[in-house]
Order: sequence, then structure tokens, then C-alpha cells
Amino acid sequence: MSPGLRWRKFVSGFMLTMTGLCALVSVSVLFLILGYLVYHGGTSISWNFFTKLPAPVGESGGGMANAIVGSGKLLLLATLFGVPVGFLGAIYLAEFSGGTTAFVVRYAADLLNGVPSIVIGMFAYSLAVLPFKHFSTLAGGFALGLMMIPITLRSTEEFLRSVPNALREASMALGASKWKTITSVIVPAAYRGILTAILLAFARVAGETAPLLFTALGNSFWSPGWHQPTASLPVMIFTYAIAPYDDWHRQAWAAGLVLLGLILVINIVARAILSRGMAVPRS
Amino acid sequence: MATTTTTVPSAGPVAGLRSFLFRLREGDEIARMITFLFAASVVLVTLLLVFVLWQGSVLPRHKFGFNFFHTSVWDPIFDQFGALPFIYGTLVTSAVSLFVAVPLGIGAAIFLAELAPARVSDTLEFFIDLLAAVPSVIYGVLGVFIVVPLMRSYIQPALQNTLGFLPLFKGPAYGIGFLTAGLVLAIMVIPYIISVSREVLLAVPRDQREAALSLGSTRWESTWQVVVPFARPGILGSIFLALARALGETMAVTMVIGNTPIISASLFSPGYSIAAVIANELTEATSNLHYQSLIELGLALFLLTFILNGLARLLIVATSQRGRAMGHT
Repeated sequence: MSPGLRWRKFVSGFMLTMTGLCALVSVSVLFLILGYLVYHGGTSISWNFFTKLPAPVGESGGGMANAIVGSGKLLLLATLFGVPVGFLGAIYLAEFSGGTTAFVVRYAADLLNGVPSIVIGMFAYSLAVLPFKHFSTLAGGFALGLMMIPITLRSTEEFLRSVPNALREASMALGASKWKTITSVIVPAAYRGILTAILLAFARVAGETAPLLFTALGNSFWSPGWHQPTASLPVMIFTYAIAPYDDWHRQAWAAGLVLLGLILVINIVARAILSRGMAVPRS
Repeated sequence: MATTTTTVPSAGPVAGLRSFLFRLREGDEIARMITFLFAASVVLVTLLLVFVLWQGSVLPRHKFGFNFFHTSVWDPIFDQFGALPFIYGTLVTSAVSLFVAVPLGIGAAIFLAELAPARVSDTLEFFIDLLAAVPSVIYGVLGVFIVVPLMRSYIQPALQNTLGFLPLFKGPAYGIGFLTAGLVLAIMVIPYIISVSREVLLAVPRDQREAALSLGSTRWESTWQVVVPFARPGILGSIFLALARALGETMAVTMVIGNTPIISASLFSPGYSIAAVIANELTEATSNLHYQSLIELGLALFLLTFILNGLARLLIVATSQRGRAMGHT
């Protein structure tokens, strides 16, 4: 082997090892995050965390029950608002629309998807907070729902499109109307994918903090009804982490662990649903 | 289904109407209209967003004009608003994050696409996807409690001892500041670079690699001189995507950048970013002009990410189409 070739082989081996190292470092970040959260948060999670209101400064104990319920309410609103719009819009794109309209809608959805979450928060603030002159759960749900629309729309459309055309034709040939075809053939055929899309959109907004700062604000107490500011896990984590109290820091770790656990579980479940096989093989 | 109409509608306005009525009865037209309304609402919301941002920032645009972007006095008491420190902070932290994330991300993507067996590659990609799902406030918590102390006691002193002669690494080590925010951002955008780059690398046709190898190149030479150049526009797209994310990122940056409007050459200095100042001041704006100045910052952020995302998508689509086109011939 000539020295030149030996050198080239050495360079090749070295660089390829480096790329492996890059991959290792990148993936290990996930486990570092999980490790730190379990280590710091695990010791702070107790029954009280899930059942009690936040304790006043200086008193130890207390929990984040109001934030957990608040997050639940916000996410419920967001789902009720974002999923129907995204889902029905996707049906239009995949089944009814011609070229130009579809292009415009898709473009708008991609644009909306790329908008920084803080700008979404600003938008919701000037539409749903300023006119009513108070922060509310409704405004927070609106902001999160806005973020769910483009994610649901684009992935649902993709899954609808992956249903083979033969199914559409077969259904039409049996005399079914287009709407009947959509509701009883196409959507059922793509339901795993659609469910995955909705779950991923849900997980994505579950951790959003920036849009809630100006809309749901925060609250140290229960927030009855839908018209008052409400606490939520992400905002609670933020305020507790930057506060100067050790006890609050422990609570922030615990809340972080709960939130990340929820998001990762939803992600894993969503992917598992999808990988158990599309009901229909891709054409 | 009790359909009696079996004739195929012939051409002509009457037949067209009849076919319309037929479809109406079957629910098709109604379904079409309803779904169209929802699809159109997406466009309307997007237009409304642009309108609200534009309309909401009239005052500062008239009062300061372009000065808004290159003066650095931000004084709510005297109603004087110049956004340079925030723009500077956003650009510097994004630059630092790309400086770290691009080599790491592309390296990892090369490993996943070229070297790793399919099963390993898919498993690692699954972890990368999970990493992309971690919310930004969690990165903020880890930044505040883990990265900041680490920077203060180890990394910043070490940088000062070795590279302290550069203006970049001068000044006291607070832990918070541009460098820390940039590093946290880097960790956050790496998953985007890896996922998209891996995808475009996988779309490079197989014969490109085989041709290079058969000409006697080593594995690395075929990767670096043939496969990567082929996928270069797509990789560039992934970097733009990451940059757009980094520019608009709020929570993690707000928590570790220090929130002080300073323009300093030193990366150790605390600073401020566009998204962070919006997060901190929007609900506490003292005057209308103050509020509208924040909206104008949001508009600037929106336009920047809009352009970057558009470019990124173009580049990525172009690359994967080229790969597909060549793969078939």
C-alpha cells in the first residue's frame, strides 16, 4: 500500500469516526435532559404536587394542581378549535380542490407554521385580549389552537393523499357520492395517520409557553370558568425557574418532568400507532 | 342508496344545473362548501395576522422610520425606541448557535444517512425526533440550572485562558449572556438540521456513490466530494430552517441571555433579543408607542422567518426532486 493511499484511508476512517461521534453527542443530549429532569424533578414530585395549590413564598410544600387543570383546559380548547379547522381544511385540499386554491391554502398553512410562537402570542393578544380588556383561558386556547391548525392540516392532507386512488374509484363505481366516499372509505383508510397527526400537533402545543404569556397569563389560584386568567404548566415552569427561591426551583424541575414525560409519551404513542402499519399500503 | 338518476348528464346549462342539483342532494356540494370554508379560513387567519402586525405598528413606523432599526436607545419613559441592541442580540446568538450546530448536525446526518445500518439509523432518528419535541421552556430550565453554572465556573474561564486575547472572550464570566444563549439555541436547532439533512442525503441516488467508489475513492471521499455536494442545496435549506427557528426562539433565550440591552463584542456579555423583549414588555407597555414598537419588532421577526422558511423549502424541494429525477434515469 502506497503512503498516499494509507493516508487517504486514515483520513477516511478518522472523518467517519468523527461523524459517528457527532451523532452520539446529538442523541446523548436527549438522555442528558431526561437524566437531569428525573434526578432533580423525581425527588420533588409528590402527591401534593398534583393535588395542592401553589404555596405562598416562604412556605414549603404546595403543588401545581391549578396549573395542571389549567393546561388541560387550554389544550381542550385548542384541540376543539384547531383540529376541526385543520381536518376539514385538509379534506378540502386532498379531495375537492383544484391546483391554485390548494397552492394558496398550503402556502398560507406553511407560513403560519413557521411563524415564531411569540408572534402568535402577540396576534392572539391583540385579537382576544385587548378588545375584552382581560386575560382569559379562552384567549390562551385560541392562541394554541392557531398553532395546531397548520400542523394538523398539512399532515392530515398528506395521509389522505396516500390513500390509493383505486379505493376512491372503487367506491365511486359502486355509486357512492363523493362525500360518502370520503366519510366511509378514505378517512377510515387513513385514520391511523390522521390520529398520529393530531396527537403530534397536540404534543407540540402542550409545551408552548410564549403564546400563553400574553393570553392565559398565569394565576396562583383556581381559575373557574373560561373568562379568567389561568395557570398552565409551561408558564408555571418559566416563572418558577427564574424566581430566586430554592423551593420554587424544585417545583419547576418537578413540573418540567411531568410536562416532558407527557409530551414524550404522546410522541411515542403517536409513532407506535403509525408504525403498526397503515391500514392501507401506500400506492 | 336509492339513486334513480342513472343518465350521464350531457353538456349544456340545464344539464349542468341538474348535475349540480344532483350533487347537492347527495351532499357533495354542501360538503365541498363547508370544507372550503375551513380551508379558506386558514388563508384568512394568515392574512389577518399580517394585517394586525402591519396595522399595529403604524406609530413607530411613522415616527422613527428606518431609524428604528439602527439606533440603540430604548427608553419607554421618554418614548424613544431604537431596536438595535435586540436585533444585535438575536443575530449574535443565532450566529453562535449555527457555528456550533451546523458541523455537529451535518456530521451526525452524514453518519445516519451514509454509515449507520438502516435499523440503527431509524432508531437514532427516532431519538432525534423526540429531541425536537422537547419544549423550549424545558431547555430554558436546563439552561438556567445546568448550563449557566457550567459556563461560569468552567467553560468561560477556560476560554479566557486559551483564547482570551480575542475581543470575543473578554470581560467577566457571568454565566449568562450571548454565548450561553447561543449554545442553548444550538442544542435546540440541531435536531432540525439532522432530520432534514439526513432526508436529503438519503435522496441522493445510489449510483452517485457507486460511481465514486468504483473510481477508487475511499468511503469518506465519495461522501464528502460526491454525495454531500449533490445534497448541498438541501443541507443549506436545513440550515436556513434552523436559523429561522433560532431567530424566533423565545423562552430558552429569555431565561439565559441576561435581558440587558447591551451591544458588546464580547460573547460573555449579557444581552437581549427581539423575542425576549417582546415576552418581557408586551403586557407592561407604558404607552401606545411602546406597545406598537414591540409589535413592529414582531413584524420584523415575522418577515425574517417568512423569508428564511420560504428559501429553505425551495432548496429542500429542489434537492430531493433532483435526486428523484436522476434516480429514475
